[in-house]
Amino acid sequence: MRLVGCLLLVSGFFLVLAALVLFPAPAMRIAFVAAGLGVEALGVALLTRAHTLLQKEQQ
Amino acid sequence: MNLLLCLVCIMLIPLASAGLGLIHQGLGRSRSAAHAMLATLCALGASAIVFVAIGVSWTGVAGGAAHTFVGGGAHWNWLGAGPFFPNWVDLDPADPAGFSRALTLCLEMFAVGLAAIVPLSAGTDRWRLAPICIASAGLAGIVFPLFAHWVWGGGWLAQLETNFGVPGFIDAGGAGVIQVVGGLMAVSVAWVLGPRRGKFAADGLPAAIPGHNIVLVLFGCLLALVGWIGLDSASSILFYGAGPQQVVWVVINAVLSASAGCLAALVITRTRYRKPDASLSANGWIAGLVAGSASCAFVTPVVAIDIGVIAGVLVTYMIEVAELRLQVDDPGGAVSVHAGAGLWGLIAVGLFGHFSAGTRGGHILAQLVGVAALLGFMLPLIYGGNLLLDRFVPYRVDNDGDWQGMDIRELGAGAYPEFVVHADEFVPR
Repeated sequence: MRLVGCLLLVSGFFLVLAALVLFPAPAMRIAFVAAGLGVEALGVALLTRAHTLLQKEQQ
Repeated sequence: MNLLLCLVCIMLIPLASAGLGLIHQGLGRSRSAAHAMLATLCALGASAIVFVAIGVSWTGVAGGAAHTFVGGGAHWNWLGAGPFFPNWVDLDPADPAGFSRALTLCLEMFAVGLAAIVPLSAGTDRWRLAPICIASAGLAGIVFPLFAHWVWGGGWLAQLETNFGVPGFIDAGGAGVIQVVGGLMAVSVAWVLGPRRGKFAADGLPAAIPGHNIVLVLFGCLLALVGWIGLDSASSILFYGAGPQQVVWVVINAVLSASAGCLAALVITRTRYRKPDASLSANGWIAGLVAGSASCAFVTPVVAIDIGVIAGVLVTYMIEVAELRLQVDDPGGAVSVHAGAGLWGLIAVGLFGHFSAGTRGGHILAQLVGVAALLGFMLPLIYGGNLLLDRFVPYRVDNDGDWQGMDIRELGAGAYPEFVVHADEFVPR
């Protein structure tokens, strides 16, 4: 779960970089950057969830 | 004139470190107070030595030697390539360019120390001294130089305009370079360490473990203000060419955003809990400073107040969510104050900053790209590094240390031997 969270974070970052390289039009760029940030938010959520569950198991 | 003013401002920055040190010491338990302050000195020392030896090379300076590659039709300047151990000839004070480089080195040395102190707050009462030193060295040698080069050293984030026609990412006072990087380190450390023993009950409800000296915390806030004024002013001069007149506004904006953050947190806690909460108000003060630092040279005082108010409100709720919902034991609120408010400050630059060139949409996009780089690249790097280091040098103190406190366990003597009596320190378990 933690690994998937980290992979989602990195994927979101590469989506943002791809938006810069592939889309010169501002609207498309902003849409893809927002999508990349959304993927990163999922990654953060997954990482956080993984640690909450891990902590409950340890308790 | 500007460089001499910059030198004076840089000399104030250690006060920010002192302030943050006092804050996380005061918000921790009395049984770990001496350890907390020693950890501050160790983090500062390890980070300064490693940064000057190695980090400065990879941080580089704008227009200096750098590692680049070509991809997607763009030149990606991703890492500085200066010499290890700064050469005195390059930093000759008689030469204006050399003097400027020397000032940059001095500023970044203090900045990396500040970033290294931030995670101590999240690891209070359980993070051992040896891993603190090694983690601070790693931060100063690898993590900080990488992002600092991207933003302050002429890296790809600063060159978004050249490569993609988007205005460059802006971080005048180090909200991203120092605070968010430190805050991401703090959340990684909190995750790796786990909560303090007795913090969360079996049903997940947190127990209140109040800080032992709120007076020190509030005094730390005042010291931090002076240090932040120096930091914001010096970095605005060095990296964004601010003149003396602009520096006056930087100072005013720093005071206003800190004040607004503190008062907003005070009003929120007064409204919700019937009495103002001193520690959350202190966190609001620092959150205001953190959020305001990114845009300190580019906004009007009214906007600085707005940024501070939102940071102060944000931080009170973020601290609650982190503790109640996410079960992150962060005694000093470092994750919310530095990472949360720092990210807000970076976005606020795009939303409210006044710039001579570039569209509003372009600036917002540039700031979002910087935020994405922090979350998508720096967070996995920092988290992975901390997990790896924990395998070799265990971060967490053993069970006995948890109860005895870090002072007795690691230093052999308490901070207040004549005044504090613990009931449960030496009870066999």
